[in-house]
Amino acid sequence: MALSPKIYQELPSQTAGPYVHIGCTPQMAGLKTIYGGGHLGSKMVNEKTLGIRISISGKIFDGTGTPIKDGIIELWQADAQGLFNSLDETRGEPDQNFQGWGRQPTDILTGEFHFDTIKPGRIPYLSTNRLQAPFISIWVAARGINLGLHTRMYFPEEVEANAEDPVLNRLEHQNRVHTLIAEPLEDGVYQFDIVLQGENETVFFDI
Amino acid sequence: MTKRPPPSGGFFPRNFQIHPPAYAPDYKSSIVRSPKLALVSIGNGLSEITGPVFGHEDLGPTDNDLILNYSAKDKSPIGERIIVYGKLMDESRKGIEGALIEIWQANSAGRYRHIKDKYIGPLDPNFGGCGRTITGEDGHYEFRTIKPGPYPWPNGINDWRPSHIHFSLFGPGFSQRLITQMYFEGDPLIKICPIVNTIPDKEAIDLLIARLDMANTIPMDTLAYEFNLVLRGRRSTMFENRPEGN
Repeated sequence: MALSPKIYQELPSQTAGPYVHIGCTPQMAGLKTIYGGGHLGSKMVNEKTLGIRISISGKIFDGTGTPIKDGIIELWQADAQGLFNSLDETRGEPDQNFQGWGRQPTDILTGEFHFDTIKPGRIPYLSTNRLQAPFISIWVAARGINLGLHTRMYFPEEVEANAEDPVLNRLEHQNRVHTLIAEPLEDGVYQFDIVLQGENETVFFDI
Repeated sequence: MTKRPPPSGGFFPRNFQIHPPAYAPDYKSSIVRSPKLALVSIGNGLSEITGPVFGHEDLGPTDNDLILNYSAKDKSPIGERIIVYGKLMDESRKGIEGALIEIWQANSAGRYRHIKDKYIGPLDPNFGGCGRTITGEDGHYEFRTIKPGPYPWPNGINDWRPSHIHFSLFGPGFSQRLITQMYFEGDPLIKICPIVNTIPDKEAIDLLIARLDMANTIPMDTLAYEFNLVLRGRRSTMFENRPEGN
């Protein structure tokens, strides 16, 4: 076993620039027909996917309060049982009708993003048996963002689980926890806004 | 694709010395889009070491060929025909199979096919400007495309982007997610680009410069550039934070 297994260096990040939609969600850039007319990650659930259907909408705001219209947002989450549809999932058989990953553009006119997915099951925290509150991992890239930003969305109805959650409890500034919890609009419908800078700046993670 | 053996460790921590800081004022767009507060370090748990699986069936046969994937029958885009190829590895020099690589770029006149790009350089009816592929067994990937042109952009009064191709990389772990840009060996605009210069470590900029590779050039047809890609690597020790043990 090598003592220093790190031989190479990760490539430096560069901003996604103003035209990330061309590469990741080309229909939003105006390339209507390429890739068969759709983008990867556009549809997270089918009729066989197990779990409670939810939808999430929101905007990403810059430091002046302006929604950004040239970004992409990606979700990564466990299935309804708390299993990941990943090669590295060794705890059980995940739902084969749920990839667990989604990608959407922020709309070029309004800045709004929208996902239809399911509510994830709970997963353990690091090496413990302690369960985390249900959450969805989120990654954001756009012009002006020099290194993609990781955050999480938690669920407002999970009051008890959120109160015990090891990650939420780890935040020094408990007055920022609310930036990670979605707003309930109606049953299964959530709003989750992301604030890049300034008042109510969203908590971003180094993972 | 078959399951891997049980995962080893979490990913090596990011080396923030080589990444651009969030706030890099010479690149003006970063000023209001940079978080001011510190990132909260939470380490790698299950949701960070796992990531989605992409299959070759998700992609079309010409998705990695930008010369063909938007052109009309028997037509070709205008510009220098190039192959961009290389190997996707992790920091332990292991080739990464099954990773999704997506690229996008301007055409040979420096114009993007995007409803918001109003640059005077003309659109090319036979060039879309995006491609994607999934890495092969040893992490190998390749694209065929047209060398993108440089173009001016609104930042300083007279800022120009060097020729570049945007790369979005998706390794097996969600915490490896990375977007970056590839530049071309010998381009004099690299040194004076405010976006390139957001990278604080000048030696690290070299990692983003593709080398002309005459050996893989197709004579009388297409030049080749080699660009190797590296994503975060993983620890591999006995004592890891794994719920089921090692």
